[in-house]
Amino acid sequence: MHTIESGNTAAAIGVKLSRAQVIAAYPITPQTPLTEKLSEFIESGEMKAAYIPVESEHSALAVCIAASTTGARAFTATSANGLLYMHEQLHWAAGARLPIVMCVVNRGVGAPWTVWNDQQDSISQRDTGWIQIYVNDHQEIIDAVIKAFKLAEEVSIPVMVCYDGYILSHTYMPFDIPDQNLVDKFLPAFKPEYCLSPDDPRNLNSVTLPDVKPNVRGELAHGYMELRYLLQEDLRKSITVAGDVEKKYKEIFNRGGNAYLDEYKCDDAEFIAVAFGSLTFHLRTVVDTLREEGIKVGVAGVRLYRPFPDEAIASALAKAQGLIIFEKAISYGYMGPLCSDVSSALWKNTKKPFIHNYILGLGGRTIKTGDLTNALRNSCTKGDPTDTADSIKWIGLKI
Amino acid sequence: MKENTINIMWYGRGGQGAITAAKVVAKAAFQAGYTGVAMIPSFGTERRGAPVSTSLKVSKQKIYDLSPIENPDIAVVLDHLLLEEMPIVEELQKGGLLIVNTPKPVSAYKYNGIKIAVADVTAIANEAGLPYGIINSGIIGAFAKASGILKMEVLKEAILEEFAFRRPEKNAAAALLTYERTITNYGNKKV
Repeated sequence: MHTIESGNTAAAIGVKLSRAQVIAAYPITPQTPLTEKLSEFIESGEMKAAYIPVESEHSALAVCIAASTTGARAFTATSANGLLYMHEQLHWAAGARLPIVMCVVNRGVGAPWTVWNDQQDSISQRDTGWIQIYVNDHQEIIDAVIKAFKLAEEVSIPVMVCYDGYILSHTYMPFDIPDQNLVDKFLPAFKPEYCLSPDDPRNLNSVTLPDVKPNVRGELAHGYMELRYLLQEDLRKSITVAGDVEKKYKEIFNRGGNAYLDEYKCDDAEFIAVAFGSLTFHLRTVVDTLREEGIKVGVAGVRLYRPFPDEAIASALAKAQGLIIFEKAISYGYMGPLCSDVSSALWKNTKKPFIHNYILGLGGRTIKTGDLTNALRNSCTKGDPTDTADSIKWIGLKI
Repeated sequence: MKENTINIMWYGRGGQGAITAAKVVAKAAFQAGYTGVAMIPSFGTERRGAPVSTSLKVSKQKIYDLSPIENPDIAVVLDHLLLEEMPIVEELQKGGLLIVNTPKPVSAYKYNGIKIAVADVTAIANEAGLPYGIINSGIIGAFAKASGILKMEVLKEAILEEFAFRRPEKNAAAALLTYERTITNYGNKKV
């Protein structure tokens, strides 16, 4: 069934269809309408879940951690400084291997204060051990939320579904609402391998000494380093699992297909633009314009950012002479984080393209199609093969 | 894909319901077969009475560019005084259409190279039974008449759905009455 609603509503419907059992969230612009919608669903009886109001984002994730530890399907959502306030608990949720799903409605972080979109918030949480997925439109939001629960529960690792604040969260667009019976088939009830219960008391994630030692039952238990090794190993394995989940979703719903990259006109492209989220789709219109001018250019949107699908990316970008990476975040003091990750993924390739790194749209600065077109055209037609990614270029800067 | 997109900019004041009006038109357009519809509000630090705007892009194909409309084909203005506060006419495409809620006659607006449609939506909606100042359903009638893009029946259905719990019949009546009383300086041809 098709509807026209906001991106936040698409996410809320996705959470409802996934039959999340515990929602804990603290309102923050531009995430607020998402959690309001979920509380409406629960209040009206449309959704059977516990909505637990909390006094902060830190508590929101703490509630989800507790709920998930007892075997409940838990969801939260936040933006910007709210996400940063969760930071300690983000590491905890991943270390405790809890399959929580969270929507991050991307917004710039203060100071100075901003409520508008960029992606510094979620990008800065890249190394917490969560899986991070970036989506391009409302259809992908609702589909990604459902797939996220499946993936999280398959690998026991929490998942962030990141979408652009305002540009997607507050824009109204058509999307298809998947059928509940089919979602139930794709995502059956959550059955954890173990969970905390009064019938089976356990001591979880207590102080873990530097070396391995026997547990209370006399079995040799993992030390801190073994548990962290397993998190890394399982994250790397979840690249394959994400591909399998995507395939299964496509079989049932006939949408999607590539869990790693969204490629548009890349097959014969001499130049490829690379980006995250709604910017990827915006760049499609730019690519169409430049193709009419005879420039062989395509765009590849990175969907799965952590774990980083380096082999898929290196292979998809292998033939290009030039890569033009557009980002709404910076690894301050270096370059765009996607640029450095893509560059290192290409290290093993014998043919190395030139790489341009553009920073744009910070704090909601309007990304004008004309500016985007000029930047991409310049890089494709005047791209210097000896140019490297060591100096970023800015779009729309007025200084 | 750009050529086929109709770019409609809605201008109002915080609280007037410009975003709701644009949303109703978006839903009606989708019903009428425009599979590509995107209503993109421009968010500032909203407060009641301050100028607000929203971009509505309508196309037979999916919309990929969600950046704000820079030069609209159609500008819908919920308060005629905004013409003095915002660069609405300057940004309108050459040959574009300006639709204004105003008590003034169409002859009061003299802009070169643009089509103009006027209706006193504030008075007409009040006459249709809505409290004074509720204009976001009425303006849809002016939009329908002036643009000819969507049929009034489809828009009426979308109005009844949107305002299901807020005087649906009177909101629909306001739109129909405004449709009948919208005056243009270019006849009633399709744009």
